[in-house]
Amino acid sequence: MANYIGQAIKRVEDKRFITGKGKYTDDIVLPGMTYAYMVRSPFAHAKINSIDTSAALAMEGVVAVFTGKDIAESGVNGVPCGWQVNFKNGDTMKEPPHPLLVADKVRHVGDAVAMVIAEDRATAKDAAEAIVVDYEVLEAVVDAAKAVEPDAPLVHDDVPKNMCFDWELGDKAATDAAMASAHHITTLEFTNQRLAPNAIEPRAAIGHYEEANDKYTLYTTSQNPHLTRLLLCAFVLGIPEHKVRVVAPDVGGGFGSKIFHYTEEALVTWASRRLNRPVKWTAERSESFVTDAHGRDHVTRAEMGFDAEGKMVGLRVKTLANLGAYLSTFAPCVPTYLHGTLLQGLYTTPAIHVDVTGVFTHTTPVDAYRGAGRPEATYLLERLVDTAAHEMNMDPAELRFKNFIPPFDGVNQPGYQTQVALQYDSGNYEAVLKRALEMLDYEKVRKEQAEARKNGRLIGIGFSTYIEACGIAPSAVVGALGARAGLYESAQVRVQPTGKVSVYTGSHAHGQGHETTFAQVVADKFGIPMEDVEIVHGDSESVAFGMGTYGSRSLAVGGSAIVKSIEKVIEKGAKIAAHKLEAAVDDLEFAGGKWTVKGTDKSIAFGDVALTAYVPHDYPQGLEPGMDFSSFYDPANFTYPFGCHIAVVEVDPETGKVELKRMVACDDVGNVINPMIVDGQIHGGLAQGIGQALFEEVIYDESGQLVNGSYMDYTMPRADDLPMFETDRTVTPCPHNPLGVKGAGEAGTIGSTPAVVNAVVDALSHLGVRDLEMPLTPERVWRAMNK
Amino acid sequence: MGIPIQVTVNGKTHQHEVDSRLLLVHYLRDVLRLTGTHIGCDTSSCGACTVHVNGLAVKSCTMLAAQADGAEITTIEGLASNGELHPLQEGFREEHGLQCGFCTPGMIMTAAQLLADNPQPTEAEIRHALEGNYCRCTGYHNIVKSIQHAANKLNS
Ligand code: FES
Ligand code: FES
Repeated sequence: MANYIGQAIKRVEDKRFITGKGKYTDDIVLPGMTYAYMVRSPFAHAKINSIDTSAALAMEGVVAVFTGKDIAESGVNGVPCGWQVNFKNGDTMKEPPHPLLVADKVRHVGDAVAMVIAEDRATAKDAAEAIVVDYEVLEAVVDAAKAVEPDAPLVHDDVPKNMCFDWELGDKAATDAAMASAHHITTLEFTNQRLAPNAIEPRAAIGHYEEANDKYTLYTTSQNPHLTRLLLCAFVLGIPEHKVRVVAPDVGGGFGSKIFHYTEEALVTWASRRLNRPVKWTAERSESFVTDAHGRDHVTRAEMGFDAEGKMVGLRVKTLANLGAYLSTFAPCVPTYLHGTLLQGLYTTPAIHVDVTGVFTHTTPVDAYRGAGRPEATYLLERLVDTAAHEMNMDPAELRFKNFIPPFDGVNQPGYQTQVALQYDSGNYEAVLKRALEMLDYEKVRKEQAEARKNGRLIGIGFSTYIEACGIAPSAVVGALGARAGLYESAQVRVQPTGKVSVYTGSHAHGQGHETTFAQVVADKFGIPMEDVEIVHGDSESVAFGMGTYGSRSLAVGGSAIVKSIEKVIEKGAKIAAHKLEAAVDDLEFAGGKWTVKGTDKSIAFGDVALTAYVPHDYPQGLEPGMDFSSFYDPANFTYPFGCHIAVVEVDPETGKVELKRMVACDDVGNVINPMIVDGQIHGGLAQGIGQALFEEVIYDESGQLVNGSYMDYTMPRADDLPMFETDRTVTPCPHNPLGVKGAGEAGTIGSTPAVVNAVVDALSHLGVRDLEMPLTPERVWRAMNK
Repeated sequence: MGIPIQVTVNGKTHQHEVDSRLLLVHYLRDVLRLTGTHIGCDTSSCGACTVHVNGLAVKSCTMLAAQADGAEITTIEGLASNGELHPLQEGFREEHGLQCGFCTPGMIMTAAQLLADNPQPTEAEIRHALEGNYCRCTGYHNIVKSIQHAANKLNS
């Protein structure tokens, strides 16, 4: 029985979704519920002179209106930041308050100034329109490079030069020396543009205070309900954590944007107590655009030095990271510890230095978006490598082979110590590139490219070989790097008396399919049918304190926590089995769902042992009844998935439109529990990475207006923009977690963007095109071709 | 003041007085509590709200409830018959055509219209038919395969 690990098992969660029975936050209706609507600033930077709420309050059906003044007077705090990055000189980063509703000054379009609560949505919205805010509009700054200029308007009066922190990593002197003696230096200057995460389910939150029990429940679209509860209770509202239940039910995609603790979560919880009624808030899409934390937005200058043979000798990077108007929960860590530490890439570069300045601007806060820092690192590295190959007249694959870190498995060979703090766990980088070249049929495609060029057709091939740090991570390490939280995961495995198993995981699924993948692991380890396993997540009331899902960590960290609990169950089960079988524990083996006395046919099934644990009539002396174990797993290291993505594009010479003809991806995510789900994660990641390369960009005008804040204006890939993806895998197990898994959630996004841009540049290289700014819209490409 | 309407949704007839500005999607979700139909945008761009009105796939956020007076409506909840999943529902499960599931009802309702019009669509035709539906999770690869799966099943 049971052999689920490695099988493409169909997802158990699908039934409710394909029949319309999913339960998302906005689907929940509670008795007596009221509806909140936020009054948001239409200006990027303005002083609030006054707010007149009288007309709104007079409207029928309006229950309450709260402003920043009410919030300030009630003594609650703003939302905190969960990661601290210090200035180079040791000073603490600048951490201006982020109030739930602003009272004095708005700092980005969408900053909330008032909350209207009414009997229904439409009334709340009507009333919001009746609120008159007298703004005094001030000059705004939206661009990171402009924000650090001496006369730039200040986002926060006490943050000089709008600088949140400056930070560096690596050996500056060694890098400068290496660059000074380099035979060839490739330099790129570019913007890694701002993106909107755009999970298709808009954020929503319902606060529900029950006076009779003095108890709060918050339903919210969150990737990590426990962290939200902690921040909400301990930092924002100052309410007792054991009196607060946070539920993240079905969540319609996150991609990072639902990690963070948002002001609206605190507002509905607070208001629910004030009104003693449930309060629901659901974002409209236009609100999502101005309030969900954005991603990327780096202005970077990067130089890579080579010796005469094409060996990399140095890498120097300087980045300005736009953090937006306030610090979102993990904002400071993204451009620093998730970006600078990845600049070794897959290469043996002996000297690396990176310098990052975090900057406030009058824009929506920026934080982790799928990949978070690692796509930015990969983009600069892989654009540099393909550009250098063109400049040095080398084949881009050849240049990579020449510079790869040689294979190491982390067991027989040690992990690879990078120049930028991390130690890679295991890798075989040549293998993914070799396999991807085979999948592509590289030589043939190069020939076709040359032929096509003769006929005036523009075909290009672009490479990206990436690495990422996932499964975040050892608490002590992230603590030393500034995290204000641990990054372990919790799991409780409760074997019921009949041998059925309930598993409570601190991970949270919002599309990843944990209910299936985790059940595969549990069923296999116990040798029982998958139908006998239920995975429970997303409710702080039933699940032990957990850290949630982001950074491709669920299986590597959350799955490992489950394995720990499983091992405890099996260890205890062996004692019960030994007693029943009248054998020594050491003489038993556990396989196929039963304990067997080695070399005999005497055995006892898992279910019988479970029943005995709960009906302990004939039971080992001194052993506690029951079979229910909790664990916390704190990993020994990050995990390091890697891979190779190759894009083939054709550019229309008349219009500049890019057609993505092929997308080849060979990824190594370590061991795989469910290949169907892993492929799905890769596909989705590829689409988002391609989206950045070709379509997506959040655009602000000079005054700080968001120009394209709707689905009509912001372009994401649609079905007919993409080809079928060609995927394969190599398997280099992670040496330090029990499942040997590395994580697959972000790989597609991290690798694909530079592959696509490299391909377009390759298609146009003979026309003198060397670099292109993303997204590669037809207009941009056409202009570059016709320069 | 409400406008009286009568609609048949998934075979059941309802009579309500609705606000003149009430969108069909809000009527389905808030009044009838059929929450399988989702709202992903405010510009009629995402397709998460797609239902069938008199046999045609319609974005229910582009229509007023009052306009649906007298209509026959099918939502995702009404697609399976007698406990048997519709071949598209089955296809989406078989081919892993969904991850978070939020776009899924709209995708399935749109695809149902496509297969009704064109029982054997090519890949390009499928991709074209999905132009009004955003999915942020799957990269569409497995959605295309799910619809092909259903088409094969329906044609066999
Ligand atoms: S909600 Fe109807 S198209 Fe987006
Ligand atoms: S499955 Fe999540 S948006 Fe399509």
